[in-house]
Amino acid sequence: MTNLTQFRKETSDWLEANCPASMRKPQSRDEGVYGGKKFTFPSDDAKLWFDLMVEKGWTAPQWAKEYGGAGLTSDEAKILNKEMERLGCRKPLIGHGLWMLGPALLEYGTEEQKREHLPKIARGEIRWCQGYSEPGSGSDLASLRCKAEDKGDHYLLNGQKSWTSDGDKADWIFCLVRTSDEGPKQEGITFLLFDMETPGITVRPVPLITGEAHFCDTFLDNVKVPKDQVVGEVGKGWSVAKALLVHERTMMADIEKNMPKPKYSVDDYAKNYLSIDENGRLQDGLIRDRLAQHMIRDEAIKLTQKRAFEEGMAGDFDMRVATIFKYIGTEEKTNKDTLITDILGMAGAGWDKENFSADEQTKTHEWMSNKALTIAGGSSEVQLNVISKRALGLPEI
Amino acid sequence: MPLALNEEQRMLRDTAHEFLQNNAPIDLMRQLRDGKDKKGYSEDLWQKMIEMGWPAVAIPEEFGGLGFGFIGAGAILHEAGKTLANSPFFNTVALGAAAIIHGGNPDQQQSLLPKIASGELTLALAHEESNHHRTHNIECQAIIDGDQLKINGNKKFVAEGSNADMLVVSLRTTEPTNGKNGITLLLVDPSTMGININEVNMIDSRNYAHIDFSDVNVPLKNVIGNIHDSKTLLDKILDHGRICLSAEMLGGAQAMLDKTVEYLKDREQFGRKIGAFQALQHRAANMFAELEIAKSAVINALSAIDENQDLAIPACNAKSLANDCYRLITDEAVQMHGGIGLTDEMDIGFYLKRCRISIQSLGDSGFLKDRFATLNGF
Repeated sequence: MTNLTQFRKETSDWLEANCPASMRKPQSRDEGVYGGKKFTFPSDDAKLWFDLMVEKGWTAPQWAKEYGGAGLTSDEAKILNKEMERLGCRKPLIGHGLWMLGPALLEYGTEEQKREHLPKIARGEIRWCQGYSEPGSGSDLASLRCKAEDKGDHYLLNGQKSWTSDGDKADWIFCLVRTSDEGPKQEGITFLLFDMETPGITVRPVPLITGEAHFCDTFLDNVKVPKDQVVGEVGKGWSVAKALLVHERTMMADIEKNMPKPKYSVDDYAKNYLSIDENGRLQDGLIRDRLAQHMIRDEAIKLTQKRAFEEGMAGDFDMRVATIFKYIGTEEKTNKDTLITDILGMAGAGWDKENFSADEQTKTHEWMSNKALTIAGGSSEVQLNVISKRALGLPEI
Repeated sequence: MPLALNEEQRMLRDTAHEFLQNNAPIDLMRQLRDGKDKKGYSEDLWQKMIEMGWPAVAIPEEFGGLGFGFIGAGAILHEAGKTLANSPFFNTVALGAAAIIHGGNPDQQQSLLPKIASGELTLALAHEESNHHRTHNIECQAIIDGDQLKINGNKKFVAEGSNADMLVVSLRTTEPTNGKNGITLLLVDPSTMGININEVNMIDSRNYAHIDFSDVNVPLKNVIGNIHDSKTLLDKILDHGRICLSAEMLGGAQAMLDKTVEYLKDREQFGRKIGAFQALQHRAANMFAELEIAKSAVINALSAIDENQDLAIPACNAKSLANDCYRLITDEAVQMHGGIGLTDEMDIGFYLKRCRISIQSLGDSGFLKDRFATLNGF
């Protein structure tokens, strides 16, 4: 215990002494440090903070030193995390490599693969993207058809991947491909790694309704991938992908934590943007009702998360309840975004930067971008399937 | 505030579940209804509940109670809601005891709370005066006449109105002036001269009455709380009622969800179990999610009572969600059962009817959201 106390003290002292002041403020969407060959740091402080943390191995604190980490125990890593949170330190490095591929390689990779890829991830030298979805395989991901032909010492890839996030900025991709059409559709899938510079790859950014283009279409045309770049067993890529999904959720939660706290609550917007009658009530009775309804539900969802935790501690938790969170949380979130833009009126529908405040622009942007919440990571409809099977035990369709 | 039951509370919940499933199944409700029972509850069941010490659960230990708090009372009501087990428990404990605990003077507490705890005294709250729940526009009037209050006016839809041993009556004693709101709560013996009690048959087969007061004299010492200034106390009592009623409602919602899911797994049409149809699966899954978030709001509100927190917002949260979720689930229970859901034999009707009355009692969702908005300054 004294060792941990000492570790906490040393960690906190080091962070205090080394983390630049500007790296202790919440970061906006475009200030994340993703690393990679094509990356430009958003500021000198971000670069300085990144370099210092890489040197400590604290970009991937729990990975072994030979993999570019610091070899911390889980207790030590928790302390580091807590101290960083306490001091408001930004994550020095984020992204798919660190949070998704890394943990998957640690579990399924060969020793050679770990030594080759993990240090480059931890040092931010290589930026990774994910090649899962295809034009015909979204919610039904296991139906994917991107073909990998066995050519002796390598696979020959042909097909198309969609929703490759930052595919144009990434150096390498982890990808699900079909190596067999026999048996259940989940069983012919293989998890492959390859360099985005490999001949035959074309990446095309896809502009979204927000005006941004974070996602790309990736075309694979006779792409050669050496066989030693398979992670896990051939035909067992689905298990690797499922393990990775768990890490994706952790990643989303981590990103959320680092985002700036909203400046105004929903009712602040209503009070600031809408007319109030002589009794201090919102004149628009329908908005008033929707606002009350949203606040009541939002609170109940938060309370349900707390209740699940407390019941878990007391050994009285009904596991079936865990199936509702993604569905009910994202549905309420998108409802909230719609409500806020309705409250802002035309100020919540502006496109230019001159006539609308930064906050108004953000809210308009969130209304559009958060529509992805009820789709990505298992759409609401898929979640309802999960609830009806796992929580209610209803039969297969 | 705790959101999980502790070990003693879990034991109470499990005991209540077993006892009520065995001793107060929905068939008991059916028998009472078919027998046109005036009380609307089984005296035998109530006596057993008393033997188990239930009226004492939420009474402080210094007054002969068991000190389980309202989380304990809520756990019992939740289980009672599952089988629609009726008894004087809700009105006596959630409304009556709350009035005495928070408004009673030391003499009233000493004399009344031990009697509530031992089951000797049942109470009802005579408050409503119209078809809709209203909190403060009280017209039933009382004027001071020496050491007496003289009451004139009418109360409507008083739950347990012709059963209860004593009534807690909300009255207008002055117009709002000098910073006082003019509301007074009074403990009234229903056998007092000038009181006329008329039973009203309602769809849930429980006991309700319209009560008329004509020059009814009640000693001033029966005032509970501050004379001419009990608006806050009244709100607090009503919030206790809203929160505890929500616990009962969610028990009913749980029973209806379980019954409906069972039916979806059993009934076959078009060559398969109807529970294999996604149109029904998604609706059932949504019912489950709605029920779970409502449960959290209700336990939070029960916990707020026990932790002596402000109850206004937690009560609005709990009952508006309980209202909406109980209605959703009972409506869907009928629809998913199809025609058979409309037969009296299926029991669903009992819940549908009880749900309707529960929603109207102590505030529907429109009322509660309006209050929530006002409390939050919009």
